[in-house]
Amino acid sequence: MAVDVAPPTISDALSLGLTEAEYELICEKQGEPPNQVELAMYSLLWSEHCAYKHSKKLLRSLPTEGPAVVMGPGENAGAVDVGGGLVCAFKVESHNHPSAVEPFQGAATGVGGILRDIFAIGARPIAVLDSLRFGEVQGQEGTRSRYLLEGAVAGIGHYGNSIGVPTVGGEVYFEGPYEQNCLVNAMALGLADREALVRSAAAGVGNLLVLFGASTGRDGIGGASVLASAELSEDDADKRPTVQVGDPFEEKKLLECSLELLARGLLVSLQDLGAAGLTSSAAEMASKGEVGVEIDVARVPLREADMEPFEVMVSESQERMLCVVEPGDLEQVLALCEKWEVNGAAIGTVTDSGTVRVLAEGELVGEMPVRALVDDCPLYDLEPVKPTEQIYPAPLLSPALIPDATPEQALLALLSSANITSRRPLFEQYDPIVQSRTVRRPEQADAAVLALPGGAALGVSIDCNGRRVAADPYLGAIESVLECAANLACVGAEPLGTTNNLNFGNPEKPHIAWQLTEAVRGLGEACRALQAPIVGGNVSLYNEGATGPIYPTPVIGMVGLLVDMHRAGRLGFARAGDAIALVGPFAPSLAASELQKLRGERLPDGLPRFELDAVRAAQGAVREAVRAGVLSSAHDVAEGGVAIALAECCLAGGMGAEVELDGNEAALFGEGPGGFVLSGERAALEALSEHTSVRVLGTVGGDSLCIAGVLKLSLARLAEAHGALAELFE
Amino acid sequence: MKFGVLQFPGSCDEVDALEAARRVADAELIWHAERDLKGADAIIVPGGFSYGDYLRAGAIARFAPAMESVIEFAREGGVVLGICNGFQVLCEARLLPGALLPNTNLRFTCRQVELEVMNSGGTFTRTCALGERLSIPAKHSWGRWYADERTLQAMDESGQIVLRYAQGENFNGSLHDIAGVCNEAGNVFGLMPHPEHAVDKAVGGSEDGLKIFNSMKMAA
Amino acid sequence: MRARVLIRPKQGILDPQGEAVKRALPALGFSGVESVHVGRLVELDVQDAAQVQPMCEKLLANPLVEDYEVQLLDGGS
Repeated sequence: MAVDVAPPTISDALSLGLTEAEYELICEKQGEPPNQVELAMYSLLWSEHCAYKHSKKLLRSLPTEGPAVVMGPGENAGAVDVGGGLVCAFKVESHNHPSAVEPFQGAATGVGGILRDIFAIGARPIAVLDSLRFGEVQGQEGTRSRYLLEGAVAGIGHYGNSIGVPTVGGEVYFEGPYEQNCLVNAMALGLADREALVRSAAAGVGNLLVLFGASTGRDGIGGASVLASAELSEDDADKRPTVQVGDPFEEKKLLECSLELLARGLLVSLQDLGAAGLTSSAAEMASKGEVGVEIDVARVPLREADMEPFEVMVSESQERMLCVVEPGDLEQVLALCEKWEVNGAAIGTVTDSGTVRVLAEGELVGEMPVRALVDDCPLYDLEPVKPTEQIYPAPLLSPALIPDATPEQALLALLSSANITSRRPLFEQYDPIVQSRTVRRPEQADAAVLALPGGAALGVSIDCNGRRVAADPYLGAIESVLECAANLACVGAEPLGTTNNLNFGNPEKPHIAWQLTEAVRGLGEACRALQAPIVGGNVSLYNEGATGPIYPTPVIGMVGLLVDMHRAGRLGFARAGDAIALVGPFAPSLAASELQKLRGERLPDGLPRFELDAVRAAQGAVREAVRAGVLSSAHDVAEGGVAIALAECCLAGGMGAEVELDGNEAALFGEGPGGFVLSGERAALEALSEHTSVRVLGTVGGDSLCIAGVLKLSLARLAEAHGALAELFE
Repeated sequence: MKFGVLQFPGSCDEVDALEAARRVADAELIWHAERDLKGADAIIVPGGFSYGDYLRAGAIARFAPAMESVIEFAREGGVVLGICNGFQVLCEARLLPGALLPNTNLRFTCRQVELEVMNSGGTFTRTCALGERLSIPAKHSWGRWYADERTLQAMDESGQIVLRYAQGENFNGSLHDIAGVCNEAGNVFGLMPHPEHAVDKAVGGSEDGLKIFNSMKMAA
Repeated sequence: MRARVLIRPKQGILDPQGEAVKRALPALGFSGVESVHVGRLVELDVQDAAQVQPMCEKLLANPLVEDYEVQLLDGGS
């Protein structure tokens, strides 16, 4: 099977993304220049994506431990204790670059990948959330962004719906800097018995490596094609697609097979195949177990004829898992694979060599020390320098907002703006209810709520405002963490743990390094203050193109616990006559607000400071009030400020409100952390003043949102503006 | 009384159907490769994406060994409920008239819909009143029910149109807003919306789906 | 022997996929398109060509709502 080729050169190494110095180091580790198979494997494991070369040192500063943490970063997913002998596994990952190429498959396989991370540790996936960023979608110039949005949403829906995991929440933002570099981040949650959690370390010399799931083809090989033998490289580029195609049906079978294998105690360890396919799975399993592995590519079930050994090792064909099995259990393992109609094959063994050996029909075609592959990749220091000039162009002036707009006109312009308007046309493409756990569906509350056996529930939210992080990476990152926690508070959930996906530009540029460093600093501080440690996450760097970098976008996913699912909070006004109050240390400012964006104003240099402890206290007070069942509704104030929050509460509840607010723009539309719009009995709201600021604004009732002396808009007019996104989907 | 819930590779809502059925009686899963229906008094063919919806939704599941037993069971008068993908399987198996086609909007759509009971005398809607509204979620991309004019007329005359989407609620383009139909003998019923997802007010806000399971229990 | 089965929606049944494609073409500069129907292609390498038609009836097409056409090609690859 091995093909005679000229050995790869340093120029091949450079084409594969390695630096000269890295190539020299590889030669040193190997004792001689690497061959085709070896170079392919090093180039993947030493890539930014797999090795976190520019971020690993920085990430070490994040808080990762806490009383609720059962599994921290380093495994396929993290997990927190949720009581009743159960743990919730969760993680967020990105699939940005593939989605820009082919949004449907990029987003679909992103979901597939994160789901595999969840069941790889033995947890049954119970929910998906997605966090998306695209360029502006209006008008002719928005054509490509609309195409990406449609494709990504359809892809997420296709994969999640087909595999029977509900998509319960998410967010999407439209900003110029994402035009050339869209973001598709997928988060997944799973449930497992605490003792059933499985780790990925390979163990037991002589044990077998079994590959199961879909067959292996040439998916995702694209970039590595420089290494192909002369013959094959004459073929069509189609033979080596850069796009991976996902099959949720295959993954559903794979999921059930994996969980049954684990339930029957047939596996020593389990790992999913993601980026860098067999290469990373085998190497990482060996590294964690401090053992070696030997794989014969001829034993791998193939979809394409005549695949070269390096192709088999780097293929990113989807829906595959690798496990370690004691030889005596092999027959049962293969029988289970057959039951679930997935391929299963013993492809190698665990050794004590400390190397990864690749064979082809018994002949050695590659050998690398595990440590060299996984641990010895050089890590780089960032060289952050705060930029002295604006990195980002001012946003486009929105035609929807006329100069000298009245507050009424401004509210309607905001409510119909792409970042605020209802996402119903998107989330209706998802199934949020399969598995019968969903207590709060999209637009019913600030966070998704999933029932646990026994009456408790999980709250989950995913958030980040990249524009605010661009204005102030440190404070903006803290705000993103606080936003998640505020959303959880509004449903009555206390934060347990956090996952994060750091989406940034090129970290070798000092101003991007500064964004990254400052954002991670803020992220760490906020997670510490909220006692919601990071249990896992992902980094996606180099998201920039000719037009510049994306906004720094540290997407935060947070999971919390509700004591009683029947007391889960809602965001809509519920009862005429209820009092409405603005609660919390909310100090609204137009800096980096949506209104400022619609006006086409440049980003400010920095965001207003705030008291983290005061915000946390307010969140706690809201959470306790929701849990006590004394509120009719609770909604966090975010983009668009208090006026928009009020409008959203009216729309969700189908009833109006009469309130008093200052008529100035900052009071109406200003943003910042620590603000909540609550409704309920007046006495209940006023009782919160023991813990935080409370200002009673008015009463629920009527069929309009009426801000005395400032504006009056009927529910019908509000609904019309709120439905603006539907036009894009006609 | 025992419900048997079929399980194909790719079924998604079978556990939901199982748990819903267990609220009113015993229920057990039946693996697609088994011919033994385990003494079930009623069979539920659940929702999901059996065989990935490949070729056509339900086209492959219809030939499963368990389905062969279900077809025989139905021919002998056994009670069979098909939900969403299950409805598709029953149409492919010709246990129910008509066919399910892609939604007119060409998109998967999930929405809580209001249904009207058009026939309340039968096995599946016995506990409902004629004209009663049921709030039940629908979630599918291939739910547009179609039959030719002649079939439709015959079905109308023999009371086989059981459920309709209320005014304005039909998002898939089904002919005459038809949401659920039964066979001539009245022992086989298929609907696109998911009654198993409307059995607990805390999870979804409606318990209207229970009426269908309770009706089936009464008939057993 | 290679058999190529073309499956298309029956005349008279709404074909929203066909409609969507028909609407999209003019925006890309193609005019004069009267009608579009979107169907499926199934290709099989078979020993006995006579089996293909019964395969269509039983599995490959749904004769209630679809028409099909079988093309037999020499020397499947």
